Amino acid sequence: MTKPMEQISWQEIEAGGVITEPGNASCYHTGTWRSQKPKYDENACIRCWRCYVMCPDAVISPDLEKNIFVWNYDYCKGCGICAYECPAKAIVMEED
Amino acid sequence: MADTEKKKVIKPIKNFSMEEYISSGHRACQGCAEVLAVRHVLKAIGPDMIMAMATGCMEIISSPYPLTSWNIPWIHVAFENAAAVASGVESGLKALRRKGRIPNKDVTIVAMGGDGGTTDIGFQALSGMIERGHKVIYVCVDNEAYMNTGIQRSSSTPIGATTTTSPTGKLEPEGKSTWKKDMVAIAAAHGIPYTATACPTFFTDLQKKIQKAKEVNGPSYIHILSVCPTGWRVPPNKAIEYGQLAVDTGVFPLYEVENGAWKLNRKPKELKPVSDYFKGQGRYRHLDERFTQQIQDKVTERWNKLVELCSEKPEK
Repeated sequence: MTKPMEQISWQEIEAGGVITEPGNASCYHTGTWRSQKPKYDENACIRCWRCYVMCPDAVISPDLEKNIFVWNYDYCKGCGICAYECPAKAIVMEED
Repeated sequence: MADTEKKKVIKPIKNFSMEEYISSGHRACQGCAEVLAVRHVLKAIGPDMIMAMATGCMEIISSPYPLTSWNIPWIHVAFENAAAVASGVESGLKALRRKGRIPNKDVTIVAMGGDGGTTDIGFQALSGMIERGHKVIYVCVDNEAYMNTGIQRSSSTPIGATTTTSPTGKLEPEGKSTWKKDMVAIAAAHGIPYTATACPTFFTDLQKKIQKAKEVNGPSYIHILSVCPTGWRVPPNKAIEYGQLAVDTGVFPLYEVENGAWKLNRKPKELKPVSDYFKGQGRYRHLDERFTQQIQDKVTERWNKLVELCSEKPEK
């Protein structure tokens, strides 16, 4: 992973506006925007993948070993789509 | 008991790529359905692709220089020429392949623009690309106004919606007074092999359409409605629900045109009233019953016309 944006100096930048490292925006943690945080209840979860599919930030991933879904709170913006769309009401938004 | 235990195991999801081609850390607003649409489009196409993207929401949120969210070859171009650059990329690759400088591998070329970059500013480049017959998928992610500059009207803004440049007032109480430009019909009128509408709420339908467009030999145009919580003045957690309502009320029907044959992809038994869709959206807050009825009449009329078109058998 690259350095945060403010630590990159002009000497390190490629000519012509070319960015050589794919996906380096992930050094910026959008999780700091969040005011509400999704709370996951693994007993109520029916493992339908809807939260994974509908997450705009791609922060939800399945943990096949533990048989649960996990949230990456570094990037979760707390939009609440997962909680609203969950058919089993296994996700609740709470103050962060 | 054993049965319920069995149900609760995570099963692998079918026909769905687990790769992420747009990485987390992009600066989209909370609950942005547009970036969700892009995520599904990229998943449907896979890693072998080159994308040219017009200026717009998806460009500014994904590439704050010197960072990028894209895990695929991606080029940012001006508002008007995403389609032109994609045509050039396609022709260039063809020439390099002919000269044997690059391996003979199938690479999908995608041009993407917002509704401003497609229906207004990039319109002639898109029309030119389609007419020349380049094998490019053009994806329009339509959030129905220029959202990245602060909600200005575009020709894709629906009738009755308020934006900062079509505000409601004494002279024009209805907000925007003209109907939305019908881009799919325009694309279909060029006689292209494949064109369709889609919505990220119906993600299987969206991915199927993108894969169909990928297989087609020639240009294809996909118009994706993507809810913008900021611009439509809806809560961020309802972005998916409003997509569903747009389709079920007939405001944004899902259909495809394949070699001149029209086909409806989702036909609700009975259309919901458009007021269900308008309710809760801040941009339609000013609409009274008379305007809502006028819009309802036009929506029903257009829906009936579309159903008629789709029931026709193409001439052989």
